[in-house]
Amino acid sequence: MVDILVFCEVADGAVKKSARELLGKAQQLCGGGDVVAALLGASLSGAGDNLGAWGADKVVTVEADILGTFVPGAYASALHQVVDDVKPAVVLASASVIGKDLLPRVAALSESGCANDVTDLREGGGGIEGTRPLYAGKVLANVTIEDTAFFTVRPNSFVIEDIEEKAGEVKGFDADLGTDYGYEVVEVLTSGGDAVDLAEADRIISGGRSLKSAENFEILQSAAGKIGAAVGASRAAVDAGYAPHSMQVGQTGKTVNPSLYIAAGISGAIQHLAGMRTSKVIVAVNKDADAPIFQHSTYGIVGDLFEVVPMLEAEFAALD
Amino acid sequence: MKIGVLLKQVPDTESRIKINGDANGIDAGDIKWIVNPYDEFAVEQALQVKSSSGGEVVIFSLGSKRTLDAARTALAMGADRAVILDDDGFAGSDSLGVSQALAKAAQEEGIELLFAGKQAIDDDAVQVPQIVGTLLGWPVATAITSYEGDDSSVTVKREVGGGQTEVVKVSLPAVFTADKGLNSPRYASLPGIMKAKRKPVKRYTASDLGVEVGSDNAKVTTDGFHMPPPRPAGRILDGELGDQVKELVKLLRQEAKVL
Repeated sequence: MVDILVFCEVADGAVKKSARELLGKAQQLCGGGDVVAALLGASLSGAGDNLGAWGADKVVTVEADILGTFVPGAYASALHQVVDDVKPAVVLASASVIGKDLLPRVAALSESGCANDVTDLREGGGGIEGTRPLYAGKVLANVTIEDTAFFTVRPNSFVIEDIEEKAGEVKGFDADLGTDYGYEVVEVLTSGGDAVDLAEADRIISGGRSLKSAENFEILQSAAGKIGAAVGASRAAVDAGYAPHSMQVGQTGKTVNPSLYIAAGISGAIQHLAGMRTSKVIVAVNKDADAPIFQHSTYGIVGDLFEVVPMLEAEFAALD
Repeated sequence: MKIGVLLKQVPDTESRIKINGDANGIDAGDIKWIVNPYDEFAVEQALQVKSSSGGEVVIFSLGSKRTLDAARTALAMGADRAVILDDDGFAGSDSLGVSQALAKAAQEEGIELLFAGKQAIDDDAVQVPQIVGTLLGWPVATAITSYEGDDSSVTVKREVGGGQTEVVKVSLPAVFTADKGLNSPRYASLPGIMKAKRKPVKRYTASDLGVEVGSDNAKVTTDGFHMPPPRPAGRILDGELGDQVKELVKLLRQEAKVL
């Protein structure tokens, strides 16, 4: 029986959906212990109210003005104080931009250890242990952590179907926080209209250099829009200037883990495969029947993406 | 200003990785070693800050003897000197141990500003720079794509996903981790490479730094290395292109259940 604390990210006043996967998994692992959700923010009224449905026994909210934006020093201090109070055996967070930044700091403040980006968690001999991809997924390793074990979990690692509803009682926690951490978020810029975060996306359509121009990425955007997918790019497409680096999938770009990954005009270089190999279903569309991507795909169509993608879009649009 | 760069030597991205006999590391035999790609952006940024603020750029690297090769690459780019943490006392450290050693070494050298890559592409831990900053009590801005400022305050941009970019104002001393796009790292010139051979290199052991790290003090154990299971053979569709697309969508919905 272990108590598990789950750091749940809040965006625009609501808990992000990545928390459901973490809380559900925590409930499977806790063996009757408590699953405690931790929420940090400037104003959290109502945000934690329905987390019982996602498997939280308790919800701890920490409210302070300094927590209104992600100020890492303040977040680390606040979460560390919650950890000190709850004394969980395991602390989980999503391996998001925030999670991977935050949890190592909290682990260090707790004089314990952390493993980022695990793709599996299970009960082992010495407590909860994880699986971590190393060398961009060329190798997998087991990770065990003494004392409080901090893990960030790669998004979409677990399929959580049934969650037993818990009380989810919400309680405020007064953290002792400063007002100046030498770090101030002065502005948040929104570029483009792509609201789906690539690293957390459940469906992705990526394009390679064969798209031939930045404008042609619109073909992918349009098809992606029909199924709520994010759009990614290969390094070749990014290096050619067709897409920004923020869209790059691969070893020197983003690691993604969607249930559906459609690679359009991507040959399948090792560096690209490293970023998307754990996708549940991979679809390859490529003119070249010998492209290595076909060896890694679940389904393949040998054909010109400029013909295939618009046809796909029409089929997607016809889905109910 | 004394500017430090945390630098790691890693296998080339094209390397074929083989697991060692104890399944707790890789076989270093045939590996071609390079400077971690993200660290090149960190070195470049440190050099740019030095050229406007003056001071020196010091490379910090923890690893075995060959780590010096990676440090020399940074010296050839223009860094002034290197500090190498090479000692059995560091072997088997987890991220916290590595960070304790590097933070102490940075303190010993009077470093006032630190750069690092956003992650090392070998173990992809994404931990050491944040922990070093936490131990030093400095703010840490991770994965920055732009850097502008003076000796007391710096404004950076960082991509936070979902098409959003944060603009963050950070007070120095601080730690910054570099993402691709921050700058274009310079190449080492031939004279640079020649000069690098004569630049000072200092070596610290764990006892020099007074840190108790290494495998005995590690809280995190990483072992049981194994290769990921191969994906089952895929299915190439055939027939008229239009029929293939219809078939694909049907398979995605009914067989794979992802639509």
